[in-house]
Amino acid sequence: MKQHVCSTVNGEPVEFLCAADETALEVLRDRLSLTGTKEGCGTGDCGACSVLLDDRLVCSCLVFAAELEGRRVTTVEGIATPEALHPVQQKLLEHAALQCGICTPGVVVAAKALIDANPNPTEEETRYWLAGNLCRCTGYDKIIRAVMDAAAEMRGATS
Amino acid sequence: MSEAIKAEDFKQIGSRPIRPDGLDKVTGRANFGADFSLPGMLHGRFLRSPHGHARIRSIDVKAALAVPGVKAIVTGKDFPDVEPGDIQGGEGGGDYHDMAVNVMARDKVLYHGHAVAAVAATSVRAAEEAVRAIKVEYEPLPVVLDIDTAMAPDAPLLHEHLYTEGLPEKPARPSNVAQVMESSRGDIEAGFAEADVIIERTYYTPTVHQGYIEPHACLARWGQDEQSTVWCCTQGSFDVRSMTARVLDISVSSLKVIPTEIGGGFGGKTTVYLEPVAIVLSRLSGRPVKLVMTREEVFRASGPASASKIKLKIGARKDGKLTAMSAWMAYEAGAFKGSPMVPGVMCVFAPYDVPAFKAEGYDVLVNKPKVAAYRAPGAPQALFATESAMDELARKLNMDPIELRLKNAVRDGSQAAYGPKFHAIGMEACLQAARAHPNYKRPLGPNQGRGVAVGFWFNVGMQSSAEIHINEDGTATVIEGNPDIGGSRASMALMAAEELGIPYKDVRVLVADTEAAGFTNVTGGSRVTFATGMAVIEAARDIISQLKQRAAALWNVDADMVDWVDGKVVARPGVNVEADPLSLADIAAQSAKTGGPLLGRASLNARGAGPSFSVNLCDVEVDPDTGKVDVLSYTAIQDAGKAIHPSYVEGQMQGGAVQGIGWALNEEYIFDAEGVMENAGFLDYRIPVASDLPMIDTQIIEIANPGHPYGVRGVGETPIVAPLAAVANAVNAATGLQMTELPLSPPRILAALEAAKG
Repeated sequence: MKQHVCSTVNGEPVEFLCAADETALEVLRDRLSLTGTKEGCGTGDCGACSVLLDDRLVCSCLVFAAELEGRRVTTVEGIATPEALHPVQQKLLEHAALQCGICTPGVVVAAKALIDANPNPTEEETRYWLAGNLCRCTGYDKIIRAVMDAAAEMRGATS
Repeated sequence: MSEAIKAEDFKQIGSRPIRPDGLDKVTGRANFGADFSLPGMLHGRFLRSPHGHARIRSIDVKAALAVPGVKAIVTGKDFPDVEPGDIQGGEGGGDYHDMAVNVMARDKVLYHGHAVAAVAATSVRAAEEAVRAIKVEYEPLPVVLDIDTAMAPDAPLLHEHLYTEGLPEKPARPSNVAQVMESSRGDIEAGFAEADVIIERTYYTPTVHQGYIEPHACLARWGQDEQSTVWCCTQGSFDVRSMTARVLDISVSSLKVIPTEIGGGFGGKTTVYLEPVAIVLSRLSGRPVKLVMTREEVFRASGPASASKIKLKIGARKDGKLTAMSAWMAYEAGAFKGSPMVPGVMCVFAPYDVPAFKAEGYDVLVNKPKVAAYRAPGAPQALFATESAMDELARKLNMDPIELRLKNAVRDGSQAAYGPKFHAIGMEACLQAARAHPNYKRPLGPNQGRGVAVGFWFNVGMQSSAEIHINEDGTATVIEGNPDIGGSRASMALMAAEELGIPYKDVRVLVADTEAAGFTNVTGGSRVTFATGMAVIEAARDIISQLKQRAAALWNVDADMVDWVDGKVVARPGVNVEADPLSLADIAAQSAKTGGPLLGRASLNARGAGPSFSVNLCDVEVDPDTGKVDVLSYTAIQDAGKAIHPSYVEGQMQGGAVQGIGWALNEEYIFDAEGVMENAGFLDYRIPVASDLPMIDTQIIEIANPGHPYGVRGVGETPIVAPLAAVANAVNAATGLQMTELPLSPPRILAALEAAKG
């Protein structure tokens, strides 16, 4: 028996049918073709599937698709505008803060959530906020610098 | 090889532009292995062995076939018998017959997680249900899980017909030791007799995993015309083609491999697990089939890195000069032969100029997944031993650890322990940079310690192809065959732009499939920027020589009357030409008049790979109550030859350092007595996270490699070699302990601290 779910994804209304045990990650990738959100573990340990659920950072592999009913979801595809990348995205590029890029969508979403919640994070706060986003390529150095740089730019832009 | 260009002459090399594929990767547009789908596609799942070692008595798939939605099931009998033969390509050793049996078990399962059957169904859930419905009868056999047990004379055998290779004559009895090797020089007895100080220890490293965040994935479509297409995340699309063709006994021309973006590999994606199975499932079902490993399967059934046991002995005079070194080195291969024992033996003494040495190596089979390459395969284990012993020697001699290494360092003209004479190497320069680094002078507090260690990797060249197509407006497309695993498109674009005298942004780089790119070896061995970069430079020079011919034709002079200067064809001094110099764009605009489209190409087997040395400094604090180690400061110094895009060179150094820190402090496969891995997930197999670490300071040394037109040497693998000992030496300095077994996890350190108290 499939469930009928109405949700808002990246600002647009969506409807889908899903099984009761289907995850939000499966629906985003396989039913809505939003493959920017990645599966690295399926157990909430790696953060590659990070999305915002009503502005709260979650691992979409740990959320049932049926739970999206009436909620707002933001994925990596919904972070940039047609005019410009989000400063986090731009700074990740400028700092060469990605190598393979598989963790990058999760990092983008998590870092946006960090700066939304805390516009002036310290290095330690940035490291703890992103501790749920595993990256095996970079050693995190350039990611942390890029995110702090993005936060600084956004503070400058809004002050 | 043409002469190296002087650094000050570069216009774009050494700058830090945004990578060509950057936008795709920060917006989620980039397509990785699991992101591809086709109409009518089926989903596959594996049945895997619940035993560490067992004979398969029977497999019954009747009930599984009856599960609604199931379209095909395969077991070992659906795959051809494959003749033995050394695997060509990829990265790391092994045999094609073993590869085929590893892809799908035949009469025996050799490790927990070994593939026994696979199902394709209309949904993942249906495939999983069918997997549960397959009935297999096993006859469990004794498991062998460590080097000592495997090498014991009465050890249970993994393969009843495996005889040790490398002995003077074929042994009488089969063994779990697949190969032995020895390398020596000088009079080792006399060397140790001359020593004032001798250090002798046995070092252990555990099985660890590369830990790429993207699980293995592929999509395969078989055609009735026997042409198959595979989309997969791999470090080597041509290797997937040749290996899959061999495992299925089909021709390489019947298979097209399209490399997707790849979410990390570090050596682990240089072989095949899924692709042959997906093709057979597709053939049997007549539908495209997608196979994606779960994270648990990645841990249990892909190729981790070898555990090792190394007995090391080094002797030195009071002045610190080494007199002799010996090593007994055993590497676990997993269930099939082919550990990185050989490179381990070759590199264990590579950093040092020692008059007498002997290293013997053993490739040892155990009931664990077959190992795969992991970044400088064999070297981290070997130099963990060497650099730990060197540190202990420095303390015994009351000598600065960098001073001790400088005294014994290989330099220009030294005969490498593995054979050739070193030329233009950066070992001394890295040591001097480390000694002068401010982080080497930072004051240390209580429970804090500093470690130093040297890293080394040979680097390789191998085969590469590149084409450059010039567009009608003078912009360019580079076509190459190495999946971009860490920013290599940016390096290729920089090299093409530098040669052609056009802006970086005017170069697009396409990583093409096996039918569109010329043959190219694996993205591995730190070879891409070196060897494929060399092909790109040569392809660009092919264009330049055509530009000269075309300009000369336009000017009605001989081609040897013109030169390529600053991105333009100019007439040689004294040649009477009434025309302005012609740029690439000028000539491209007139290509129809001068002989048609401009297309440059090069293919090569790159010689002259330059070894890369590194020195790492690590400061730690050890909590005496819990045994937990915090890394306070980390400094990686490495010779890059020439850094094409310095940010991505730093990135290699930082990422390799952190993988090495994980290997040193946290990471290990934990097996129960039956050979079941007990921590097959990222929660319990804990790789370093952002909050575990400080910034990783880097210093790039540039000693030009004379074997590359720009002086490039590979940088990708050396970074993981030094950290194991750098961290351990720092822990030892902080605690007064002498730790010889990794990982230096809190319980192990706490136990050692308790034992030291007496």
